[in-house]
Amino acid sequence: MNYKMICRTIGTIVILEGVLMVLPAVCSLCFAEWRCALIFLGSAAAAALAGLALSAPFRTCDRTIYAREGFVIVGLAWILMSAVGAVPLMLTGDIPSPVDAFFETVSGLTTTGASILTDVTALSRGGAFWRSFTHWIGGMGVLVLMMAILSDSTGRSIHIMRAEMPGPVVDKIVPRVRDTAKILYLMYIGLTLTEVVFLLAGGMSLYEALIHSFGTAGTGGFGIRPDSIGSYSPYIQWVITVFMLLFGVNFNLYYLLLLKRFRRAFRSEELWIYLGIVAVSVTAVAINIAPVTDGAGKTIRDAAFQVASIVTTTGYSSVDFNLWPGFSRTLIFLLLFVGGCAGSTAGGLKISRIAILFKCARREFRRLLHPRSVAAVRFEGKPLDEGTQTGVMRYFALYSLLLAAVILLIGNEPFDLETNVTAAISCFNNVGPGLSAVGPMGGYAGYSVFAKLVLSAAMLLGRLEIYPLILTFSPLTWRKR
Amino acid sequence: MKIIVCGCGKIGVSILSSLAAEGHDLVALDDDPAVIAEVTNIYDVIGVRGNGADCETLEDAGVRDAELFIAVTGSDELNMLACFLARRMGAGHTIARIRNPEYNDASLDFMKRELELSMAINPELLAARELFDILRLPSAAKVETFSGRTFEMVELVLREDSPLAGLDLRDLRSRFQSKFLVCAVQRGDDVFIPLGDFVLRSGDRIGITASPSEIGKLMRQAGLITKKARSVMLLGGSRTAFYLAKLLAVSGADVKIIERDPDVAKELSETLPGVSVSLGDGAQQELLLEEGLRESDAFVSLTGMDEENILISIYAASQKVPKVIAKINRDELCSMAEKLGLETCISPRRIIADVMLQYARALENSQGSQVETLYKLMDGRVEALEFRVNQSAEGLTETPLYVLGKNLKQNVLIAGIIRNRKTIVPGGEDVILPGDRVIVLTAGHRLADLSDILAVR
Repeated sequence: MNYKMICRTIGTIVILEGVLMVLPAVCSLCFAEWRCALIFLGSAAAAALAGLALSAPFRTCDRTIYAREGFVIVGLAWILMSAVGAVPLMLTGDIPSPVDAFFETVSGLTTTGASILTDVTALSRGGAFWRSFTHWIGGMGVLVLMMAILSDSTGRSIHIMRAEMPGPVVDKIVPRVRDTAKILYLMYIGLTLTEVVFLLAGGMSLYEALIHSFGTAGTGGFGIRPDSIGSYSPYIQWVITVFMLLFGVNFNLYYLLLLKRFRRAFRSEELWIYLGIVAVSVTAVAINIAPVTDGAGKTIRDAAFQVASIVTTTGYSSVDFNLWPGFSRTLIFLLLFVGGCAGSTAGGLKISRIAILFKCARREFRRLLHPRSVAAVRFEGKPLDEGTQTGVMRYFALYSLLLAAVILLIGNEPFDLETNVTAAISCFNNVGPGLSAVGPMGGYAGYSVFAKLVLSAAMLLGRLEIYPLILTFSPLTWRKR
Repeated sequence: MKIIVCGCGKIGVSILSSLAAEGHDLVALDDDPAVIAEVTNIYDVIGVRGNGADCETLEDAGVRDAELFIAVTGSDELNMLACFLARRMGAGHTIARIRNPEYNDASLDFMKRELELSMAINPELLAARELFDILRLPSAAKVETFSGRTFEMVELVLREDSPLAGLDLRDLRSRFQSKFLVCAVQRGDDVFIPLGDFVLRSGDRIGITASPSEIGKLMRQAGLITKKARSVMLLGGSRTAFYLAKLLAVSGADVKIIERDPDVAKELSETLPGVSVSLGDGAQQELLLEEGLRESDAFVSLTGMDEENILISIYAASQKVPKVIAKINRDELCSMAEKLGLETCISPRRIIADVMLQYARALENSQGSQVETLYKLMDGRVEALEFRVNQSAEGLTETPLYVLGKNLKQNVLIAGIIRNRKTIVPGGEDVILPGDRVIVLTAGHRLADLSDILAVR
C-alpha cells in the first residue's frame, strides 16, 4: 500500500476544496453577508493549510499506485471532503448541529439532495450557494477535477478515475487521463453555463439561475424555495426538465457529437433505452394523473418534470407527487432505482446495468429451454465479455444486500414503513425525495442522529458505487499480504 | 503526437512504455481484451480491441488523424496489411515489423515503396547487428554506432586491474595519445556525465565516444584485448542466431550453433553453409564442454528463455570464455543479470523501443535539427542522440564550444561532431556548422531539437 501517495492525493483534494470554497465567499460578498464571507474565506484558508500539511511532505514520493490505492484514495477523499465541507455550514449557523451539517454536505456532494432543513429560506445566501455548489463539484467528481488541473497524472491514475466515475465499465475518451478529465469538465461547464443562460432568459436572477443549474448539472436537487421548483414559471420548469434529462446522458456521447460523429452517438443502445423509459413513464403518469390535474399542459408538464427528476436522480419537484394516485406513486417508487446512463452525473443503478441484467436473464431463459444453445449477450452492438456480465450481477447482489441492511438499520425510526423504505432507497440511489414523510414537501429532519449517519453512509455508497467505500474499511485492503 | 501501436505483445508494450514516457497520445490496438485491459491499467493509453487489418477497428482507433502507425503483431503479413490500410485511411507515417528472412531481402525495398511504409523493422536483424558490433570489439560491454559508422560509443566495465582505474579524466587524456571522450559513468546506482576532475574507479561502467580507429588505439594502449572474436558459439537457433551467424560467417569467423530442435537444426544447416550446427540441449554443461566451449572466443546465449540465457552465460563466464553475451528480453532481468556479473546483455525490445523513440522525436521536429539516432544507455538513464544541423541558429552554430559550454543545460555534453564523414572529438575551439552531425549525451533531459541543449533560449 502506497501510504505516501494516498496522503498526497487526499491532501491535494482538500486544498482543491479550499480553493472551491472561495466561490461561496464571493457570493456572500455580493449580498453583503460580511460575517458569512469571512467564515467561508477562513474555512478555505484552513482547508488549504490542512491539505498542504497533508500533501507537502510527500511532494516527491513514488507515484505508482494500483487498483487498491485507487479505491482507498477515492473512499477516504470523499469522507474527508464531506467533513471539511460541513465546517462552514456549521460556523455560519445555517446548520449548527455537526451531524446535520455532515448529512447535508454528504447529500450535496453525492448529488442526492436529501435535506434535514425544515425551512430552506432561512439559509444565508452564501450557505445556500455552497450547499448547491457541492452538487456541481460532486456530480462530475472532484478527483476527476484534480486530474484535469494537475499535470502529474500517470497511466495509473486510471485507477482513481475508475473508482470515482460511475458505471459498469469506465473508459477514457482520449488516450491520456488528464485530457479525458479536461474534456469531461469542459463539456460539464459548457452545459451548465448553457442552462444558466436559458434560466436567465426565463427571468431568474443570476443567483437563482446558478443555484438551480448546479442542482440540475450534478443531478442533485437542492433548491431554495420550500416548494422546490413548483412556484416557478412553466418555461423554467420545462428548461429544468430538459436539462435534467441532458445531464442523465452519458457524456461520452456529447464528445462524439462534438467530433461530429452523429451516427455513432445516436446508435447508442443505452441512450434509446433511457429515452424509451422516460417516454413510457411520462405517458403513463400523464394518463394516470389527468383526472386530478387541471389542464392538459400542466398534466404533461408535471408528469415530465417528476419523471425526469426521479429517473435522473435529481430530486427537484414541481408538484407534491405524494398526493398523486397510487399507480403514479408506485411508478415513481420504481423509477427511484433506475438512474441515468453510465458516464453521466446521475446516480442509481444506471440504465446500462439494468439492460445487461435483463439481457442476462433472457439468455438464462433460453438456456433453460434449449440447454445446448450458445448465445452471447450483446450490448451496444458488441458481445459482452463474461467479466462484465458477472461484474454487473455481483454488483446488483451487493447493492440489494446493502440496501436491505440500510432499511433494516433505520427500521426503528418513528415513521411508517413507506417512509423508511423510500428514504433508504432514495438516499442509496442519490435521488433525494422519497414518498410519504420524506416526500417532496417533507424532509429528513425527523430522523435520529444514528439514522442520519446510516443514510449518509448510504449516499456515499450509492455515489461511489459501493466498492471504494467498502474496500477502504475492509481489513483485507490494509493487510500487508 | 498521436501514435497507434497495433499489437501489444512484448515488443508492443516496450514501445508503448517508452513512447508514453515521452507524453504522446497513444492508442493501443490488440484483439485480446485481457491484453488491452492490462495495458490500459499500467500506461496512460487508450485501448481499442480488434483486428488491426479491419477498417472499422482502425477507424475506431482514430487512424485518420494519427501521425504514426506502428504494427508489431506476431504476423508479418498482418503488419503489412494493417500499415497499408492505415496509410490509405490517413495515417501520416507507418512502421511495420517484418521479420521473416524471406521478406528481408531485395524485395523489402519494393514492398516498402509499394505499401508506402516509412520503415520496416526487424528486431532480430537489429539485435544481430548489435551483437556483431560487440563481437568485433570483445573488450567492450556494448558498442553503438552513429551515422555512417564514423563514430562509435563504447561501453566498458573497468575490471579490478584496469589501467584506467584511479585516473582522473585529464590524466587519461594525457597518458593515452588517442582522441576520445569519456562521456558517461555509471557507478552503482548513480549515473554521471563526468567533468575533467572525475576519478575513475574499478567497477565503473564508462561510455567512451571516438572514431572506430581511435577506439582501437586506446584499447591497445590500455592493454585491453581488441582481437575480433574468431570462434563464436551460439546457443539456440533463433532468427537472431541465423542473422548473426550469417554476419559472422561473412566476416570469416568460425561459428557453431547449438540447437535442441532437430528440424530447426536441419534447416539452419541447410540455409547457412559454412556454419557448423550441433544438435543438443545447451543446458547440459558436459555438452557445451564437448562442443568446445573452453576454446571459444565468445559465447552468445540466444534461446527464448531469459532465465536459461542468464544461467548458461554465467556458467560460460565461469569457464573463462573471454566474451559472454546473453540475450534478455525483460528489461528488469537485464539490470539484475548485470549485477550478477554478466557484463553484456542485449535486449531486442530495448533496441526497437529506441528506434521508435528516435523516429517519433524526429517526426515531432521536422523543421529544426532532426534526431538521426538515439540510444539509451546505462539502464536507460542516459541518452545519446545524433542531430543533423539543418540551418544556422543564433548562439548555437558558429559559436566556439568554450562559449557554448557556458550556456548548456546541466548534464548535457557535446560528445562529437561529424563533418564531411570526418570525426571531431570536440575541444574548446571547435564550432558547430550547418550540415554537421552533432552527438549529444544527456541525463535527465528530453531533447527533440539541438537547440534544446541550451539552458536559456
